[in-house]
Amino acid sequence: MQDVENIKPCYPLFRNDEYKVTLKNKREQFEENPGADKVAETFAWTTSQEYQELNFKREALTINPAKACQPLGSALCGLGFHKSLVYIHGSQGCVAYFRTYFNRHFKEPIAFIADSMTEDAAVFGGQKNVHEGLANASRLYGAEMIAMSTTCMAEVIGDDLNAFINNAKKEGNIDNDFPVPFAHTPSFVGSHITGWDNMEEGILRYFTLNEMEGKKVGSNGKINIVPGFETYLGNYRVIKRMLSEMDVDYTFLCDPEEVLDTPADGEFRMYAGGTTIPEVKDAPNAITTILLQPQSLEKTRKFVEGTWNHEVPKITIPIGVSATDEFLMAVSLATGKPISESLTTERGRLVDMMTDSHAWLHGKKMAIYGDPDFVYGMVGFMLELGIEPTHIVCNNGSKRWAKAMDKLLEGSPYGIHGKTYPGCDLWHLRSLCFTDKPDFLIGNSYGKFIQRDTLHKGKAFEVPLIRIGFPIFDRHHLHRMTTLGYEGAMYILTTLVNAVLERLDDETRSMGMTDYNYDLVR
Amino acid sequence: MAKLRQCAIYGKGGIGKSTTTQNLVAALAEAGKKVLIIGCDPKADSTRLILHSKAQTTVMHLAAEAGSVEDLELEDVLSVGYGGIKCVESGGPEPGVGCAGRGVITAINFLEEEGAYDEDLDFVFYDVLGDVVCGGFAMPIRENKAQEIYIVCSGEMMAMYAANNISKGILKYANSGSVRLAGLICNSRNTDREDELIEALASRLGTQMIHFVPRDNVVQHAEIRRMTVIEYDPKARQADEYRALARKVVENKKFVIPSPLEMEDLEDLLMEFGIMEAENEAIVGKTAAELAAEAA
Repeated sequence: MQDVENIKPCYPLFRNDEYKVTLKNKREQFEENPGADKVAETFAWTTSQEYQELNFKREALTINPAKACQPLGSALCGLGFHKSLVYIHGSQGCVAYFRTYFNRHFKEPIAFIADSMTEDAAVFGGQKNVHEGLANASRLYGAEMIAMSTTCMAEVIGDDLNAFINNAKKEGNIDNDFPVPFAHTPSFVGSHITGWDNMEEGILRYFTLNEMEGKKVGSNGKINIVPGFETYLGNYRVIKRMLSEMDVDYTFLCDPEEVLDTPADGEFRMYAGGTTIPEVKDAPNAITTILLQPQSLEKTRKFVEGTWNHEVPKITIPIGVSATDEFLMAVSLATGKPISESLTTERGRLVDMMTDSHAWLHGKKMAIYGDPDFVYGMVGFMLELGIEPTHIVCNNGSKRWAKAMDKLLEGSPYGIHGKTYPGCDLWHLRSLCFTDKPDFLIGNSYGKFIQRDTLHKGKAFEVPLIRIGFPIFDRHHLHRMTTLGYEGAMYILTTLVNAVLERLDDETRSMGMTDYNYDLVR
Repeated sequence: MAKLRQCAIYGKGGIGKSTTTQNLVAALAEAGKKVLIIGCDPKADSTRLILHSKAQTTVMHLAAEAGSVEDLELEDVLSVGYGGIKCVESGGPEPGVGCAGRGVITAINFLEEEGAYDEDLDFVFYDVLGDVVCGGFAMPIRENKAQEIYIVCSGEMMAMYAANNISKGILKYANSGSVRLAGLICNSRNTDREDELIEALASRLGTQMIHFVPRDNVVQHAEIRRMTVIEYDPKARQADEYRALARKVVENKKFVIPSPLEMEDLEDLLMEFGIMEAENEAIVGKTAAELAAEAA
């Protein structure tokens, strides 16, 4: 029972005796518990090589895929435009899920509209929902544009957004000139990165496809930056800073940096910052368009190359030293502006940090999972640091991704233990962490269950999780950090080396046993 | 290069859509046109006469085997048959399960993304199952897809009902997009005054009967050999009929937003041509015994 003078949260409250008894009784009387021995035996079996082989033969089941569905991505993309309201045509439960997903990661209020399709809409088509939804949404929330995408319910019945939106305008539900760019984002195809790409292409298409007359590549002297599904707010900031230091004028084509980081000053901001419509309309006039996550932006690339006639530089995500070099050189080549002295100095500081830490990172084995570009960039940087990547899992990675990964690994002596697993999930990774233990695991919050499970086998088997990725629900403010550019590399390096040192302290803290190496100076 | 024309063929089930489409397309190919046929029917029988095969392996079948559509390449699903005609079947589930409409959507999206609609093509023909039963089967008439819809029909009552219903479907999309009704193709069943009847229906719908295809057994003879008439017996009179249809399609300029009939008007039309008898309200709901008693 709670004591008002000493209120306890659920942990440690449930460690009180009365709860222990209750839970024990429940287990014995109602849970058909097979007994501790059987549980232990089954657990041990799931850690074995034999189990791993069965696990990798799985065909029809995915357990903890480390990816989300398309509309989650389209929603993040829609957030990044000025006074843009994200509108999802489909069932409201899906949209509640997207809101909470971002709430939990960004610790911010997230405004997404759903038009709440129900059974009758599934039978008769969702046009009525779109009409009423657009009528309400466009009048109530002071938006200047609505970015519409779909959940799988609308997709299965084949709802046609283009026709529905045009009809809504014809029938006067929404003003004729109110912009409603849209994208079809079936959840059962691709992942959140596909949805982001689809929505981005939909928005660029909507505002520029029929207005290409008079547009001239390079005439506005800017470069466009397409961030892709980017959840590190520092990454928006660092790219802007680097471009400013090079005196390069730019347009971010999707910039949710402010709306996902509004201040607590007594005023609620439903919208903040973001790319404006005139900026999007002017984007074809830029010198070029740089895709920060090129492996996940296939549709956007096709549109930018095909319709805007931009020559998109072939670079990789700017994580680590050489990938950032490549990015800056591409910017410099496109704009003719030299890489600034400040960035050269910053690079030097990063290299200095790398040499300071390399003794601790050299030869450390780390597994990693996440989105294709993120994983690709991280592995590249790990190789630069002398870390040996081992299990590389990417559920939404394609064959092409796996091929590029293998090439990257082959190019470094540290890549020898690296093996790519496109299409695999965290349950596969769990097996790998038991049978071929890495020193650390890098990824989002979901990896904590692999840490718990490996610890359960014994301290020596524990694979500690280093939280870099998306989503991170169980640590605060990491979403404000930076992973791109030299600055991002400094953050990643700091995180990785301190995780190694933290772990070493943990293992050497035992007095009179291991504390001969429990050093003050590392 | 002439602009790619995308056409969809609709019509009541069993009316001869697939046969007519394939013969029409064969005639177009014979005249030097580059054509792609996309079968939008789980039965996957839209390309067999072109490919001489039982049924082409479908996009959905291959996707199910490969695990997902993303794992497929264009060459896996695209076959080339008579006259260089490119063929794709969308495929779909077994009867009684799943969602065939979604299969159509998935297949067409895949073809678009993989660049099946290349610049050399003159025509794309969608051969679509039966009626426009749900959103999936309306996929071919969405914006930026088929702009021309041809409806295959005959002088039978249900075929005409279906043609009218399909026109209603087109109307929904025509108001917001560029899809238009391009004509009725009468595939004759040898009913009385069939040509006049279809002409009359066409004019009520605001369109035209683009061609009257007479009935001829050579179509069946060719079909048994899994061939079009154009290929099986190019000298046959029927082959010339399909050539005439092809020519009319090439030259067609009459693309309209249809004006579907109300059910009563359609029934009036059918009665006018003696296909339907006037209803006698006095006998509705009466049993034989009651009628006998009344007669007595």
